[in-house]
Amino acid sequence: MSAEKPGWKSLPIAALLLEPKSSLKYKTGDWRGPFYPTIDHSKCTKCLLCWIYCPDGAIERVDDGVKINLDYCKGCGICVSECPVKAISMERI
Amino acid sequence: MVRVGFSGDEAIAYAVKQCDVDVVAAYPITPQTIIVEKFSEYVYNGEVQTEFVCVESEHSAMSACIGASLTGARVFTATASQGLALMHEMLYIASSLRCPIIMGVVNRALSAPINIHGDHSDMMGSRDCGWIQIYAENVQEAYDWVIIAFKLSENTDVLLPSSINIDGFILSHSIEGINVLGDGDVKSFLPLRTVKYRIDPDNPITIGALALPDYYYEFKVQQEDALRKVPSVLEGVVAEYEELSGRKYGMIHAYNVEDAEIALICLGSTAGTARAIARRLNEEGKRIAVIKPWVYRPFPEKEISEAIKDVKAIAVLDRACSFGAPFSALASDIITTQFKYGMNIPTINCVYGLGGRDITPLEIKGIYEELEKIAKTGKVEEHVKFVGVRE
Repeated sequence: MSAEKPGWKSLPIAALLLEPKSSLKYKTGDWRGPFYPTIDHSKCTKCLLCWIYCPDGAIERVDDGVKINLDYCKGCGICVSECPVKAISMERI
Repeated sequence: MVRVGFSGDEAIAYAVKQCDVDVVAAYPITPQTIIVEKFSEYVYNGEVQTEFVCVESEHSAMSACIGASLTGARVFTATASQGLALMHEMLYIASSLRCPIIMGVVNRALSAPINIHGDHSDMMGSRDCGWIQIYAENVQEAYDWVIIAFKLSENTDVLLPSSINIDGFILSHSIEGINVLGDGDVKSFLPLRTVKYRIDPDNPITIGALALPDYYYEFKVQQEDALRKVPSVLEGVVAEYEELSGRKYGMIHAYNVEDAEIALICLGSTAGTARAIARRLNEEGKRIAVIKPWVYRPFPEKEISEAIKDVKAIAVLDRACSFGAPFSALASDIITTQFKYGMNIPTINCVYGLGGRDITPLEIKGIYEELEKIAKTGKVEEHVKFVGVRE
C-alpha cells in the first residue's frame, strides 16, 4: 500500500490535516495481514453474532444477512471464532 | 544606534520587546527570572501589546506557547535548568508542530546536588529535540541573536523554534555596554509574521493528528530537512542584520584559523576568555585558533570542517558531561564531523565548569600547551580530561 501514499516532500508539514472528514479516507483495513474472513452464505443463519462481536464495526447488516467491509476489517478473526455454525473462515490472499 | 548598559537577561527582554511579541508565557526560575520579570514590567507599563500568561509550571509555559504560536502569534518564553527539563516533552511538540517559538535559555546546572550556576547540562539534555540551538558569547550577542532568531525561525522554509542560550550568571547577571537598534529598525527587519496554516475558526484544520507507522516517519524527515535548510536561510538573515547593525554573525565564529597550528573549540562565554589568552600567546609567536559555534543545532559541520582542516591538534571544551559516552556532546560532534569529512586530527575533550566552576586563564593556557605537545608528537595520551576538578 505504501507506494500509493504520499512521501515527505509532498505531505503538508507537521501532520496537518487541511480537509475535514479525512478519517473517512483512512482505510484501517490496510493494517490487515495476509488473512481475511469470508462468509459462506449457505451456512449463515443471520444470527448477527459476528455483527455484534466485530471490534471494528466492519461487518455490515444488509438485506440478505451480513457483509464484511474489507476497507475496515483488520483480520482479527473474532467473527470466525464466534460464528456458531462455522459459516465464516479465514482465507489467505 | 544607542549604547546602553544591560545584563544578559535584560538585553534579551529588551530585544523581545522590540520584536513586538504577541504572547509570552513563562514561569520564573533562576537565573532566567529577570528576563520575564523585566518583560512583565514592559507589559504593566503598557510599553508592549503582549498577552502575558502566568502559568503554573514550565510544562504549561511551553504548552501555552505552542497553542499561541499555532494561532499565528509571535511567541517568546524563557527558562533554565530544571524548568527546561520539565518542558522536555513539550519541546518536541513545539518543533514537530513547526512552531517558531523563541526561548531564552539561561544555562544552569541540573540537580542534584541543587546548584543555580551555569553549565550546559540543561540544553544538552534536550539536544535532540529538533530546535535550532544558538549559544551567545556575551550580552551583545544575546540581544542580537534574539532578533535574528525570530526572523530565522519564522522563515517559512524553516518554521522551527529556536533557543538562545546564555551562560547563567556569567552573562545573565553581568552588565555590559551594548549597542541596541532603534525600534523602527527592528520593525523593518522583522515584519509581522506571515502564516500559511493556523488555528482559525473560519477555516478549520486539524493540528496534532495521529500519525502511525505509515506516516510518522515522513514528518520526522520533514523536520530534519527544515533544520538542514537553516545554514542557507541564516546566511541571508545575518547579511540583512549586518547591514542594519554593522555586526556580523553566522553559523560559527572563527578566530585566527588561517594561520593556526592548534585549535580550541567551545560554546558560549568561555570563547571570550579562550580568545583573550590565544591572542596574547599568538603575539608571542604561537599559532592558536579559537572556534565558537554560534549555532549548535543544526551542527555547523561544513563551517567547522573548513575551519579545522589545517590544524594539527584540537581541544574541544564541553561545559556538560555526557555520562558514560566516549566523548561529551560538543566533542562527539567535532569528532564525527572529522570522520564525515575524511579527517583524523588528534582531538582531546576537556570537560570543565560544571555547576558554574570558573575556568581560569591559566587552565586554558595549560590546554594550549598540551595541544602544542600533541601537535608535535601526533599522540593523544588522555582523550577526555576533567579540567579544574579536585582529585
